[in-house]
Amino acid sequence: MSGTARGNLPPLALYVPEPKFRPGDKVDYSHLEISVAGDQPRPDEQCAAAQTHPLCLDLVRVLDDGHRAVGPWDPKLDGDTLRRMLRTMALTRAFDDRMYRGQRQGKTSFYMKCTGEEATSVAPAMALADDDMVFPSYRQQGILIARGYPIVEMINQIYSNRADKLKGRQLPIMYSAREASFFTISGNLATQYPQAVGWAMASAIKGDTRIAATWIGEGSTAEGDFHSAMTFAAVYNAPVIFNVVNNQWAISSFSGFAGAERTTFAARAIGYGIAGIRVDGNDPLAVFAATQWAANRARSNAGPTLIEHFTYRAEGHSTSDDPGQYRSAHEREEWPLGDPINRLKLHLIALGEWSEEQQAEMDRELVEQVKAATKEAEKNGILGHGLHHPFRTMFEDVFEELPWHLKEQSEQAIHERQVKWPDWKDA
Amino acid sequence: MAGLEGRMTYEENPVSLAEAPVRRLNMIEAINDALDIMMERDPNVVVMGEDVGYFGGVFRATAGLQKKHGKTRVFDTPISECGIIGVAVGMGAYGLRPVPEIQFADYIYPGLDQLVSEAARLRYRSAGEFIAPMTVRSPFGGGIFGGQTHSQSPEALFTHVSGIKTVIPSTPYDAKGLLIAAIEDNDPVIFFEPKRIYNGPFNGYYDKPVEPWAKHDNSEVPEGYYSIPLGKARIVRPGQAFTVLTYGTMVHVAAAVCAENGVDAEIIDLRTLVPLDIETVEKSVEKTGKCLIVHEATRTCGFGAELSALVQERCFYHLEAPIERVTGFDTPYPHSLEWAYFPGPVRIGEAIDRLMKA
Repeated sequence: MSGTARGNLPPLALYVPEPKFRPGDKVDYSHLEISVAGDQPRPDEQCAAAQTHPLCLDLVRVLDDGHRAVGPWDPKLDGDTLRRMLRTMALTRAFDDRMYRGQRQGKTSFYMKCTGEEATSVAPAMALADDDMVFPSYRQQGILIARGYPIVEMINQIYSNRADKLKGRQLPIMYSAREASFFTISGNLATQYPQAVGWAMASAIKGDTRIAATWIGEGSTAEGDFHSAMTFAAVYNAPVIFNVVNNQWAISSFSGFAGAERTTFAARAIGYGIAGIRVDGNDPLAVFAATQWAANRARSNAGPTLIEHFTYRAEGHSTSDDPGQYRSAHEREEWPLGDPINRLKLHLIALGEWSEEQQAEMDRELVEQVKAATKEAEKNGILGHGLHHPFRTMFEDVFEELPWHLKEQSEQAIHERQVKWPDWKDA
Repeated sequence: MAGLEGRMTYEENPVSLAEAPVRRLNMIEAINDALDIMMERDPNVVVMGEDVGYFGGVFRATAGLQKKHGKTRVFDTPISECGIIGVAVGMGAYGLRPVPEIQFADYIYPGLDQLVSEAARLRYRSAGEFIAPMTVRSPFGGGIFGGQTHSQSPEALFTHVSGIKTVIPSTPYDAKGLLIAAIEDNDPVIFFEPKRIYNGPFNGYYDKPVEPWAKHDNSEVPEGYYSIPLGKARIVRPGQAFTVLTYGTMVHVAAAVCAENGVDAEIIDLRTLVPLDIETVEKSVEKTGKCLIVHEATRTCGFGAELSALVQERCFYHLEAPIERVTGFDTPYPHSLEWAYFPGPVRIGEAIDRLMKA
């Protein structure tokens, strides 16, 4: 059906965003404005929100091309802390590699790597207090690892085995770890954003000192929950840090489908009148410094901060995804902000605090560490091989107490098992 | 204390009921009393919602609470149901016991994802690490010329979700006791308040003067704390001819129509839809052999469909007549034709006739 012409008005045209590069295309990132490291001012943590707003359109960077830490955002971390950060990021990557292979070997149904984005979870976790409550999305395994949560427990969850603390109920990587102040991951996108605000409000109501931090992908900033969260945080001046991990891709949809062609994600802060910072997400020192700034601000009742981590999703969305179908493989190689682990390694080497040999030795150790944890977890079973939680647990925790209808359904389910396997007994 | 005897048979708080001074309250006052008592008893209870703070709510249910308990425990929120419920989930995770108000049940849909995917499943998905001990209060139902956005009865959307309890009071006495139980409950509770009967027990005759709660036995509300266990129905009137399963406003309408028709019906106010008091339902239908289900909500996949299926599955060999289901029509709630939509005395009366003739 064609539109009806009205006088000499031009016909309206719908604009549908299109990423710059598709499979096979040569990649040229010269259109990206990459700020010079060290050039961004660092306002006082108690400043008016508006003073941060130029930073929403800039890019806070600390590590320069010579691998030195420069400028007012340099958090001036000592060698031990830097090595710990490096090791945690490298462990996260080693863990991802092993779990990815485990999924391919049929040990579980699903996995999601955070390759190239390790800094966006490890560095904030190190800048926060260990009992600050985090409301992550699904790609922040680095937080758990940084907080020293046992990786055997993470693998138990990924395998949904009989030792899985979540009783095999959740999709792999949807961890919950109350003792690590790590909120249960939903899988529904953006729901954690208003929840983090609520937790932060509760902390403020109670006169606590702990703050909340939450993570979201740039794609899910389009959800209404994002707007609700920002509004509530602004209204109540909630002690919360909003992280937007802009890794350029939401499965196959490039960031343009969340509005990236019009402005930055950090610039959302301007509209809500809260502090905002856009940071080089592959620069662990810049990420650490931005989080530390926002945490100090929140902890002193100066309000929430939105931090956009400008980064790149180096791998597929998940094990169910094939990015070769929709984006150019050259994007990863050409990404102008490099790799966070490599950059921190080179920085440590430049400081004289580290060497390639030590890096190689550490990588070998981490592979062994993950391998040992995997073997340990496999004693408790892998998905679909019988070693799951007792059958009856399927009906527990729907409510605090088992109501009659679930009791009846539980009996029915057990009956079905016994029909199929007459000798079967629940563990 | 006329009328209290009937209630006393339900094993509820014998101490306070027998001894506490009794006042006559309407439903709003009873709800306000419950909130006030719980805020005093538990410093983790917080009340929030659109207009609930200084103003005290559009229906006045939170009147005076902010002044008494302070504005960090009773406060207004942005107009964002997704935000209200989402924030309440986070507060629950912290350890608070939030009681958010959704101004009209019709506005609850922007918060549905936070209720259905989050609050309802938090305990399950975290294997008990995190819970959502919130009570979402919301006025529901029609009969006040509220049009299609201030009249809906969406209870079946919530009874369909595993992990949520759905509670609907029909008297001031029940409203207070059930709300206290809901707030104390460690699972998320949807607490739908039938707004047509906030001020008086509506009998279905919209063209006749409204009887105020003050003249009704169930407006006698003991002072202080008492709770009514969730999952327990109330036999409003024992009888032999047939069983009426109903809740909310329709308890009063059904009772009035039965009285007018001179039938000896056993009227059951379900009070909690999930978990349902199946024992009371079964016992009654097995006794009477006939069942009439009445609700105001739309018919298809309404909670009456579940009730009908349960009665059929569990009481089939006691049934002497087809189960009757009287409901609102499957249309949006119309403004000018509100009373043509409402399952009033004619619709209920005809169902009673069919049951009595069967």
